[in-house]
Amino acid sequence: MGGGSGGMGTQDGMGSGGFAMSPLRDPSNILSQRSVYFDFDSYTIRNQYRELVLAHAKYLRDNSNARVLLQGNTDERGSREYNLALGQRRADSVKNAMLLSGASDHQIEAVSLGEEKPRAVGHDESSWIENRRADILYQGEY
Amino acid sequence: MVAADLERTGLFRLIESLGHTPHEPEEIMYADWQNRGASALVIGSTTMLPDGRVDVRFRLMDVAKRAQVTGFAGTVSVDQLRAAAHRIADVVYEALTGDIGVFSTRIAYVMKQGNKYALQVADSDGFNPQSVIEYTEPIISPAWSPDGRKLAYVSFESKKPVVYVQTLSTRERKAVANFKGSNSAPAWSPDGSKLAVVLTMHGGSQIFLINADGSGLQRLAQSSGIDTEPSFSPDGRSIIFTSDRGGSPQIYRMAIIGAQAGVAERLTFEGNYNVSPRYSPDGKSFAYIHRHNGKFNIAVQDFARRQMQLLTDSRFDESPSFAPNGKMILYATEISGRGILSAVSSDGQTKQRLSSQTGDIREPVWGPLLKSQRIGNFVN
Repeated sequence: MGGGSGGMGTQDGMGSGGFAMSPLRDPSNILSQRSVYFDFDSYTIRNQYRELVLAHAKYLRDNSNARVLLQGNTDERGSREYNLALGQRRADSVKNAMLLSGASDHQIEAVSLGEEKPRAVGHDESSWIENRRADILYQGEY
Repeated sequence: MVAADLERTGLFRLIESLGHTPHEPEEIMYADWQNRGASALVIGSTTMLPDGRVDVRFRLMDVAKRAQVTGFAGTVSVDQLRAAAHRIADVVYEALTGDIGVFSTRIAYVMKQGNKYALQVADSDGFNPQSVIEYTEPIISPAWSPDGRKLAYVSFESKKPVVYVQTLSTRERKAVANFKGSNSAPAWSPDGSKLAVVLTMHGGSQIFLINADGSGLQRLAQSSGIDTEPSFSPDGRSIIFTSDRGGSPQIYRMAIIGAQAGVAERLTFEGNYNVSPRYSPDGKSFAYIHRHNGKFNIAVQDFARRQMQLLTDSRFDESPSFAPNGKMILYATEISGRGILSAVSSDGQTKQRLSSQTGDIREPVWGPLLKSQRIGNFVN
């Protein structure tokens, strides 16, 4: 709940003095989790990420002014354009799950960064795992 | 430079001159050259003129006939010397092979250095690079307009892929495909009036046709899978593209004009990863990337024979692109984590690394053949 322990001032300058920080940035809130990871060559949302995607969908449903950009990513192996299409499938997967849980189409843009913006820059499996991912960014965060 | 151009084709064996280098026909010791196996001889000279320009003279001699095949003389500025050398190589190549020389053409590629991305244009040997644009966000998929005046490319500067067309001479640029979702994989129609692009606005990655100014959007095909990497046939009547509609990424051909328009035919069957197809300039074959044993290599396939021929054996090659005469294929190969410009003859016999620049070179594309700027006058 609240998490109003001392020293937790609002850093976002929104002047919401006295209230808890935005649920989107509260580390104890599932909405602060923004990454959905995928298996190799897969765009199926794993069970462990269902709750996270559902929470964001509900947030969008309850906050009709909220907008998200979903960015799909892939590991570095293969054609850049084909990887762009694979990353798009991951972003589309998250988008479709959100639509099924009450978010509206106009609130969501699903795009792909393919292999072009790796979070981990190594050339091994541990980096590739990190880069098979879709990120959820709210308006103002991109 | 002339020698390096010719050698890269794999069609010529170069014979060094021993001691005496002839500059004029009367200085040639034909018997010596004949004994050493030379069938043709390039002679010439460059002389700095008082006004700072350079007098360039060149003759191609037939050693057996002891006669001139062709030649020219002219005056160029110092910064035109590279162009003059490429032009000489073109003339020699055309005289000896009967094919079109492509040494005077240009190439484009993306260069990554640190966190900077530059779209660069260089001579066909990789030298003389010039940046078209530079960004701190990725650039992919450069594509030459058929007249060589413009480049289409995909930029991520707005946190998503958007297709731009930029005019090289003015640097003026325009977002021609910036729809909701991702916009990528631009390919010019042979007449330069349209671009095939891949859009996700209706869900999935699908191929559309759009006018080169961004107007007149039209869907080309509809599939439940990924369709991407379109390449136009030279006659503009069909495209080849990558699709995973059959379960793995494979290459398909589809007519876009006529009664068969919209019907796709699968072209590749070996292995479970064939991507990045490119039509050859004569439309009789295509180059692509074939994955096998974890390696990504350049392959070509003839439309008539339907047999895959692997041209390279490196670990990771990308973006094959034909020279305008179809005789060579430009690509990038990864060595120690960075991309190196490379070329292979389209029969796979000769491979060459082009200039070894310091950055990571990606997705090279060979530019079109332009009406050659003649240098000097032919001499007899």
